[in-house]
Amino acid sequence: MSDTQANTDTRGLGRKLADIDKTAVAPFLALAALFVLGALVNPSFIGIDNILNVLTRSSFIAIIAVGATFVISAGGLDLSVGSMAALVAGIMILFLNSAAIDGNFAMLAAGVVIAIGVGAGAGLVNGAVTTLGRIEPFIVTLGTMAIYRSVTVWLANGGSIAMKSSEMRNLFRPVYTGTVLGLPIPVWIIIAVGLLGAFILYKTSFGRHVIAVGSNEDVARYSGIHVNRVRAMTYVIQGICVAIAVVVYVPRLGAATTTTGMLWELQAITAVVIGGTALKGGVGRIWGTICGAFMLEIVGNIMVLSNFVSEYLIGAVQGVIIIIAMLVQRTLQRKG
Amino acid sequence: MRKLIVGLAGALLASSMVLAHAADKKVNIAVSIPAADHGWTGGVVYHAERAAKILEANHPGLKITIKTSPDGASQANALEDLTTQGIDALVTLPHNSDELTDPIRQVKAKGVFVTVVDRALSDQSIQDLYVAGNNPELGRVAGKYLKDKLGTADVVVIRGLPIVIDEERQKGFDEAIAGSGIKVLDKQFGNWSRDDAFKVMQDYLTKFPKIDAVWCQDDDMAVGVLEAISQAKRTDIKMVIGGAGMKDMIKRVSDGDAMTPINVLYPPSMIATALELTVANFYDQVPVRGKYILDATLVTKDNAKEFYFPDSPF
Repeated sequence: MSDTQANTDTRGLGRKLADIDKTAVAPFLALAALFVLGALVNPSFIGIDNILNVLTRSSFIAIIAVGATFVISAGGLDLSVGSMAALVAGIMILFLNSAAIDGNFAMLAAGVVIAIGVGAGAGLVNGAVTTLGRIEPFIVTLGTMAIYRSVTVWLANGGSIAMKSSEMRNLFRPVYTGTVLGLPIPVWIIIAVGLLGAFILYKTSFGRHVIAVGSNEDVARYSGIHVNRVRAMTYVIQGICVAIAVVVYVPRLGAATTTTGMLWELQAITAVVIGGTALKGGVGRIWGTICGAFMLEIVGNIMVLSNFVSEYLIGAVQGVIIIIAMLVQRTLQRKG
Repeated sequence: MRKLIVGLAGALLASSMVLAHAADKKVNIAVSIPAADHGWTGGVVYHAERAAKILEANHPGLKITIKTSPDGASQANALEDLTTQGIDALVTLPHNSDELTDPIRQVKAKGVFVTVVDRALSDQSIQDLYVAGNNPELGRVAGKYLKDKLGTADVVVIRGLPIVIDEERQKGFDEAIAGSGIKVLDKQFGNWSRDDAFKVMQDYLTKFPKIDAVWCQDDDMAVGVLEAISQAKRTDIKMVIGGAGMKDMIKRVSDGDAMTPINVLYPPSMIATALELTVANFYDQVPVRGKYILDATLVTKDNAKEFYFPDSPF
């Protein structure tokens, strides 16, 4: 112990910083490698329009995955996020169609509030059943995944729930298509959610409790942390993140269908893991997660832009790229 | 003369009694279909319920039980449950051919009249009646329209999922445009989803500076495609050809939207056709055994109203 201590001291601060950076920077290096690959495959890949398209498209998964970073770093898991997104989108649109409040803008604002309320509530259900019922989160969220999905299908009568008022649609659409200072609004929302998430996870006592609970539940409990409360809170944060993602998703196509959010849970979990968060908990990397979400979307984009992969094999190539990206990252981390 | 009249009257009376008897005849029909997990199956459920209501009203003795199942295994269970209730006929749209061929064979072994809809069984000798849309034709009609309308054009294709239905549609399309001026720039899978089709279309727009038309063989995907095009503000695309007959798309065709001049039918209401024919077998002594393949009708502005169901979820 004292040896290591001495070593670290002699190696100096600069070296120490370099070590930390390498670990955290790994996903970004993998992302850079993907950019090079993309540019080689098709020069229009690095066109500003394409990059902005892809960043905007990745916003749903990126925002949801920030929430998943909390759940997973606290040692939990949420499989219900895709269905939850569909449910929140469905309820939000049904509310918008009800025209309960005068004025389109007020309706939209109320719609956003309702979406976040429904998301937080759905997250709280996951959190409460997991902690109070002492059931594995895998099982609980597998159950709620089915419940949220079926309720959405029921609400949609098996079809789709679409925004009826085209005026409101036009008012809402810029949330997905609009830009501020040259950056699409969804990208600003990713940045905002990332900053807020990073602040909560790294700078608050709640964030430290999340990591403590994920590292070792017993130690956390003996240290006086309300383990259940912290765990349940991470699911609520996840639910709110899903709702924010929905607020970005709904203006794009103006509808929730029975396939909305299908398999988003797997994409979110993949983004979290690619970003360097351990599935067993105890480590959380917000910016790595967002980077992971970009990578997932970019891989798909490169595949469509390329000319030499058969459409039947795209899934396989995507899988290979994701695994290679992980290997690159792990190698870098070991060196660090 | 009087004898003749009495005889005729007697015959009329007798035959009307037979008719009355026929109308009261008790027939139980079970309908087993996939749960509404996407737009098209949602339409199947809607049309099954709609047809059942009409048929039951017309035939007092008729009872139609509709059961939806989320996957193949639970559909097999549902078939068992329905059969034990004692049924005269089964109208079913199987989740998939491989899993459900044997369960349906067992239903048939109990002497039940079996009508299979849309997805063919692995052993076709089981069914009494087969009602389906025409997948190769759906592709062929779309391809032929593009060929006739545009002559030479650069077209991008968004496919569904890599399954038989998709292969058949694609093959029909390829055959229709073979040797013509229609050039397919690219083919990708959009998984019959609006969101995935939106992404693929965005990437197509990045990849190709000029696209004349899009064929996406399904209306749900057409919604995503149209949104991607309008967002990119591209004006080179002349038309988007979908298929299946979703009400929003039929509405656009009927309104004369230049971007969606036509649609090609692959209607979920085929379940209603199957029910009508099955009922006819029991009440009207109409021969129905065999295969009934619906056309992939070209829907244009002129005939769109015929295929518009504003209350349907699809």
